Amino acid sequence: MTVVPADDERDVVVRVRGLRKSFGHLEVVAGVDLDLHAGEVMVIFGRSGSGKSTLLRCVNFLEDPTAGTVEVAGMTLTGGHRTRRKREQVRRLRRHVGMVFQQFNLFPQMTAIDNVLVAPQCARLGNRDSLRARGLELLDRVGLADKADEHPIRLSGGQQQRVAIARALAMDPEVMLFDEPTSALDPELTGEVLSVMKSLATDLHVPMMVVTHEMGFAREVASRMMFFHEGVVLEEGPPAQIFAEPKFPETRTFLDAVL
Amino acid sequence: MTQGRGETWERISLASARIPFRLKVGVVWLAIFAVLVTLFVLASFDGDWIRDEFRFVAGGLIYTIYIAVGGIVLAVALATIGALSRVSSNPVLYGVSGFYVSFFRGTPLIVQMFLIYLALPQVGINLQDRFPGIPQTVVDSLVLEAALAGTIALGLNYGAYMTEIFRAGIQSVAGGQGEAADALGMTYGQKMRKVVLPQAFRVIIPPTGNEFIAMMKDTALVSFLGFTLAHAEVFKRATLVGKSDFKNLEALILASGLYWGLTVVFTFFQRKLEARVSRGYVRTPGAVRAKLDSSGSAHGGAET
Repeated sequence: MTVVPADDERDVVVRVRGLRKSFGHLEVVAGVDLDLHAGEVMVIFGRSGSGKSTLLRCVNFLEDPTAGTVEVAGMTLTGGHRTRRKREQVRRLRRHVGMVFQQFNLFPQMTAIDNVLVAPQCARLGNRDSLRARGLELLDRVGLADKADEHPIRLSGGQQQRVAIARALAMDPEVMLFDEPTSALDPELTGEVLSVMKSLATDLHVPMMVVTHEMGFAREVASRMMFFHEGVVLEEGPPAQIFAEPKFPETRTFLDAVL
Repeated sequence: MTQGRGETWERISLASARIPFRLKVGVVWLAIFAVLVTLFVLASFDGDWIRDEFRFVAGGLIYTIYIAVGGIVLAVALATIGALSRVSSNPVLYGVSGFYVSFFRGTPLIVQMFLIYLALPQVGINLQDRFPGIPQTVVDSLVLEAALAGTIALGLNYGAYMTEIFRAGIQSVAGGQGEAADALGMTYGQKMRKVVLPQAFRVIIPPTGNEFIAMMKDTALVSFLGFTLAHAEVFKRATLVGKSDFKNLEALILASGLYWGLTVVFTFFQRKLEARVSRGYVRTPGAVRAKLDSSGSAHGGAET
């Protein structure tokens, strides 16, 4: 276990220790320790297949880690088999973790506002009217208040992803996970999604873990970058350092390829 | 000669192209009915007899509908439970539902009807002989009226087929949908009720409608179990009066017409339902046009 300085203790939002994940004999995440602090934007990058998405999915237990612990919002969960009790703990943990997917995964049978409202309603976080007011506020924040009553099929990819961000924010999460949020979008639509993400970071100081290939976004918004390579964090540091003088040739090769 | 024939054919096909396709199809149907009516007339078809007996035979419709609706309600309930069990990781649920589907798909419906109608009472009586503690009411409750036994058998049998339909429907919902529901902290029940089942429903409706149509006609099998005259369904009534008057052709044609009419009416409502549940999946032409209009005028406004 790494020794974490005491002054860092207070504002840790996500703490991951010794995280491993195997699919059969293939170890995709091979021992990861990380701390995400309040207000921090962590960009995780690396080649496809390096295990960065799996790491993200282990944080909210969409994948059960084979070993290791994840601590979010004062709850600590360990990897391994999911028992009945653990299933309930996982569900409570997820209420504090918002997630945005590559393929948006909006619920097609619901309107935009219903997509945003469904989770708070399921969790009984308030009465219908107050929830709806807050849902409209969130849609307004992502610039889609006028699309509240449209079904997702009538929205563009960028608009759908912005609704998905509003949906994840509706549970008032302690941390937001973004799993390649712009990879499924046409190039001209990535900007609107990235600018919403940027405003979350700079205006609301929502802590974020972002798996992405958008190096422009990373340079501008990230507080820290992690290069993921063959299941481990090969190196990490502030964007300025990672871009200017990466320590490992693998990092340099990757950056040269995507920049 | 060949030239002339080719010309004629050319002119016919040109003339034919001006007649709407649906009209031609209608003519074909009329021709089929004309042939059938001619055949029936040649076979001394007795239309007056049909008119006399119509009320009696059609009176069985209500029992046909009772049995079919009872059967489909039971089948839908069983199929929902069965399908959720088939996609569950619980070995008991998975095993029980697997056995259920295998047995009720693997044996004939008519055998299942007789099992419930004739074999079940025997089980009760023999068990009571061995264990006298079993109260008489339990034994009596295993003796079912024919229509009830038939309804239960239909529900069990079609429930097994529909379990597979529902399972396929649930599995057709993209995996990301369930993941999104999970990530939002929904319970299993909430995920199924609000996210997965409504989407599965859309896929399930057309084949379920087919099963219901098939079941409406399989209600005729109940007549083999026995009946009380007052509660006889369409087929029983038709054969009853048909045999006694030796008007089997008329009686069976009448019964066919009644079943046919029932399915036509049902198909109409099924179409309506299908259109309803496809909301959220089609950009309706009207909506798209409205959108185009509004953006067009905004564009025009910017130009002026």
